[in-house]
Amino acid sequence: MNVAEKRDVEVTAMSARTGFGVSRFAERHIGPREQDIKAMVSYLGKHSLAELIDAVVPVAVRSSKPLQLSAFPVALSEHEALLRLQAMAAKNIVARSFIGMGYYDCITPPVILRNILENPGWYTQYTPYQAEIAQGRLEALLNFQTLVMDLTGLPIANSSLLDEGTAAAEAMAMSLSASSKATTDKAAPEFLISDTLHPQTIAVVQTRAEALGVSVKVLPVAQFAFGSNTFGCLVQYPDTTGAVSNITPVIEKAHAAAALVTVATDLLALCMVKAPGALGADIVVGSAQRFGVPFGYGGPHAAFFATKDEYKRSMPGRLVGVSKDATGKPALRLALQTREQHIRRERATSNICTAQVLLAVMASMYAVYHGPKGLRAIAERTHKMAGAFARLVTKAGVKVVTPAFFDTVTVDLGAKKASNIAADAEQATLLVRELSDSQVSISFDEAKGIDDLVALLKVFGVEISAPEAERAVAETSVSIPSDMARGVDYLQQRVFNSYHSETEFLRYVRRLESRDLSLGFSMIPLGSCTMKLNATSEMVPVTWSQFGGIHPFAPKSHSCGYQEMFKELESALCEITGFDGCSLQPNAGSQGEYAGLVVIKAYHESRGESRRRICLIPKSAHGTNPASAAMVGMEVVVVACDQYGNVDLEDLENKATEYRDTLAALMVTYPSTHGVFEEGIRKACEIVHRNGGQVYMDGANLNALVGLVRPAEFGADVCHINLHKTFCIPHGGGGPGMGPICCGKHLAPFLPNHPVIDIGHSKGVGPISAAPWGSASILPISWMYMAMMGGDGLTRATEVAIVSANYVSKRLEQDYPTYYRGSNGLVAHECILNLQGLKAEAGIEVEDVAKRLMDYGFHAPTVSWPVAGTLMVEPTESESKDELDRFCDAMAMIRQEVREIASGKIDPSNNPLKNAPHTAAVVTADAWDRPYSRQQAAFPAPWTRESKFWPAVGRIDGVYGDRNLFCSCEGLVER
Amino acid sequence: MDFPEDYKYTKDHEWVQMSGDVATVGITEFAQSELGDLVFVDLPKVGASVKQHGTMCVVESTKAASDVYSPLTGTVASVNDALTADPGLINRTPYTEGWIAKISGVSVAEIAGLMSAAEYKALLGK
Repeated sequence: MNVAEKRDVEVTAMSARTGFGVSRFAERHIGPREQDIKAMVSYLGKHSLAELIDAVVPVAVRSSKPLQLSAFPVALSEHEALLRLQAMAAKNIVARSFIGMGYYDCITPPVILRNILENPGWYTQYTPYQAEIAQGRLEALLNFQTLVMDLTGLPIANSSLLDEGTAAAEAMAMSLSASSKATTDKAAPEFLISDTLHPQTIAVVQTRAEALGVSVKVLPVAQFAFGSNTFGCLVQYPDTTGAVSNITPVIEKAHAAAALVTVATDLLALCMVKAPGALGADIVVGSAQRFGVPFGYGGPHAAFFATKDEYKRSMPGRLVGVSKDATGKPALRLALQTREQHIRRERATSNICTAQVLLAVMASMYAVYHGPKGLRAIAERTHKMAGAFARLVTKAGVKVVTPAFFDTVTVDLGAKKASNIAADAEQATLLVRELSDSQVSISFDEAKGIDDLVALLKVFGVEISAPEAERAVAETSVSIPSDMARGVDYLQQRVFNSYHSETEFLRYVRRLESRDLSLGFSMIPLGSCTMKLNATSEMVPVTWSQFGGIHPFAPKSHSCGYQEMFKELESALCEITGFDGCSLQPNAGSQGEYAGLVVIKAYHESRGESRRRICLIPKSAHGTNPASAAMVGMEVVVVACDQYGNVDLEDLENKATEYRDTLAALMVTYPSTHGVFEEGIRKACEIVHRNGGQVYMDGANLNALVGLVRPAEFGADVCHINLHKTFCIPHGGGGPGMGPICCGKHLAPFLPNHPVIDIGHSKGVGPISAAPWGSASILPISWMYMAMMGGDGLTRATEVAIVSANYVSKRLEQDYPTYYRGSNGLVAHECILNLQGLKAEAGIEVEDVAKRLMDYGFHAPTVSWPVAGTLMVEPTESESKDELDRFCDAMAMIRQEVREIASGKIDPSNNPLKNAPHTAAVVTADAWDRPYSRQQAAFPAPWTRESKFWPAVGRIDGVYGDRNLFCSCEGLVER
Repeated sequence: MDFPEDYKYTKDHEWVQMSGDVATVGITEFAQSELGDLVFVDLPKVGASVKQHGTMCVVESTKAASDVYSPLTGTVASVNDALTADPGLINRTPYTEGWIAKISGVSVAEIAGLMSAAEYKALLGK
């Protein structure tokens, strides 16, 4: 059939309806204007957009039916979409939660809400790989690390993990690899978990342990027995019932048996309770949510992870460190990156490649805003509220069973039923936790006032007036046992004690913001990252209280609006991918990979084929793929690729046949990591299926498929979807993200479930995230995007993304030939520019070009991935033709500079590329002894005169920083 | 690039210098230039037994973490502790100050199977 003809008819029908060809929002989301698209298409030698798309996307994989979204048959305008979502949100009930369990209500200081969470200057950036233009959030993250180090009492902390549950699972995996025992023993390695941990933490660790072949025992701490194969244990204080107890004995016992101790804890509690590090803990994990980040029905929140110095090289996650720049000034960048999955591949102990930067920034700013005394005051007030409640509630004839507590009190109701109390509380829109038939627990937090205390006591049958309650709180004294009490011995650094007026605080926030290049300034053409528009209308619902104010374990009857939105999102994602089942739980692409593989494993096991443990991965795959496979205990077998990254089908056939009895899966990225639609994908899937394996499709490049190709149709069984790439969730400067998975009917029963909230999936693999629907509060972003684009708009976006990539590829072809094109001479939605020749020609490395782009006001494309010596450009559909031209002009001017170096006109070592980026301090210094002008250094292109982005620091010395590791803000000399 | 004539080499870019029955082991000039500035050397444990072509230790630059394979089977007799404070020794003087470990109890047959400087240069196409 002629796909092109059919599409033209569709577009005409749409035009008649809206008068725009596509929905009105799509006109705003898509950067190039109609005439620009025509111009680009004709520049590429094609007559129509449809002709170009037909040439790029092989007929063999092309979907026969156009994309229709049943939830959004007609694209809505921004206004209409907001109204519809508002109506949905109104079905959620925002109750006052006393549930606790790792999630606490808090007050986001409005100055943080508006100037960080709601500010594209903070939320649109990518991970700070180009550190010279990311000094702002790197400093905020260094503050986060300092905060975590001080409160946990450990010397090193990473810059956040996805959630508390996965942080605990990471701690287990790290203990296993760091421990010298267990692996040599014949018995399965054993990990002990206290039965008073939050249940979702236990369950997330269990899912991970099961995949790794670790035997987990959940039992009271008093019964911990450390055998020769016990490599670690996990305890918590304050525990899930609220009890604060001294864990020194268990730490001593564990260390005597050479086992590592992980402690899960709470940052606010640590403002008045002894630090686990001081007691000897090896690893400390938890959530920083209550430092100013709303519930969000489960997320996103920043988890933290701290450890001892001796384990720093096995620590998962991103780590910010202090180094120096070319002028010797302190400068920040990501440190010890060789720990990470993209380098270690299947030898990595974790597949984690993202953080929760935006939320970690919020938490660190919350600490900067309040300072140590302010935090202590919040902690004490919360503690005293709990203390007053504990005293007063006994008047009702019930018994408080937590002997020592911080903010959570467990009450034994005797003859009364916990469910009755919970129901009475719900009547008063108060939520308490039913711990057992006869026990409830009550957690206090910063947001609870006297009225809440009065209302809660009333539920228990204790009548008290507000003034009496206020007095009771005031008269309550701090009751942390002396061996666990702590003074204000933390956050004495200048940054936490300087910005306590709003004017000063606002300026600090703005100062840091101005050091970061965001999408608010220019395009960020990172290949494989899909840095598209994050429209304001998509972001607005995130901070609505009906989305933000709901505890993840609130009754499902309180989240009807959320449930409705989840259903529509799931159905849209299934329609886009062609799959039947969907799980919104994974919090990142890496989590999606892990979830997908665990599901495949469970599927094989359900068929009595647990021997299927081989995971085939093409050599050109992203490093996260092999790391994920290793994480679920699969053995990675590498499939050869040709020099352009295409899967070698013959090698695939050979390996699949060789391992036909043990083949579990093939992990494949489509379009390939080299940015091309491989024609052999259908055959590859068929080979794997014929040999009993399942096909996992890495959805990183889905932005090239939506509306054109459905993975299920070419043979994939499961794929993840980076909502933070294709579906507009902003990158947050390095998180949050979302990586839901979609799968075929046969895999759907095994999708992740949850121990606290029933989310279906009878044979589920257990939870892979702490919250039932992952980072629920950012899902409205993707819902809004799809509602406003509709099927046609989404398809159009894909087409324009493909046009733009091909346009950039062709415009730069003389200066930087595209490393690889498909057999049609075209690329998909990104192109790899070959810079390999520049080294021989002029001694120029790809990094020099990346840094020089900063002087032109651009963020570099992806550097040296997937091929060394290249830049991978992904323009996305959102960048206008003007911006693409400006970027191409900058690249061409830099190429000219390289030629001048080669011709001897410019010095080979003292030149604008080697010295890039140029800071304001350098170009305005009294002395200027360089063989090129200051103007050429800092204003190399006309547009830099109109709007100049000044890198805050010069080229950073990464080697110095990794040799002299310093990861807290004490390392920063005042600038 | 310099490849001392009296050293032996492996295809994985390690070198061996024999002194009596003790083999001193390191990585070649070519290997260090490919890796770039080293920032960390995870030294093997003294007393550990190593197998020919088995992983002996890991070296890290800012961009890569690479296994160093043992050129010979034997026991780690001593390690170069100076690398802990200054991993750059491997970059500056790979064949002398930048040695990684000394291995004892090695077999004559295995030594004979290693490459000469000329063979190694040919492998690199130098």
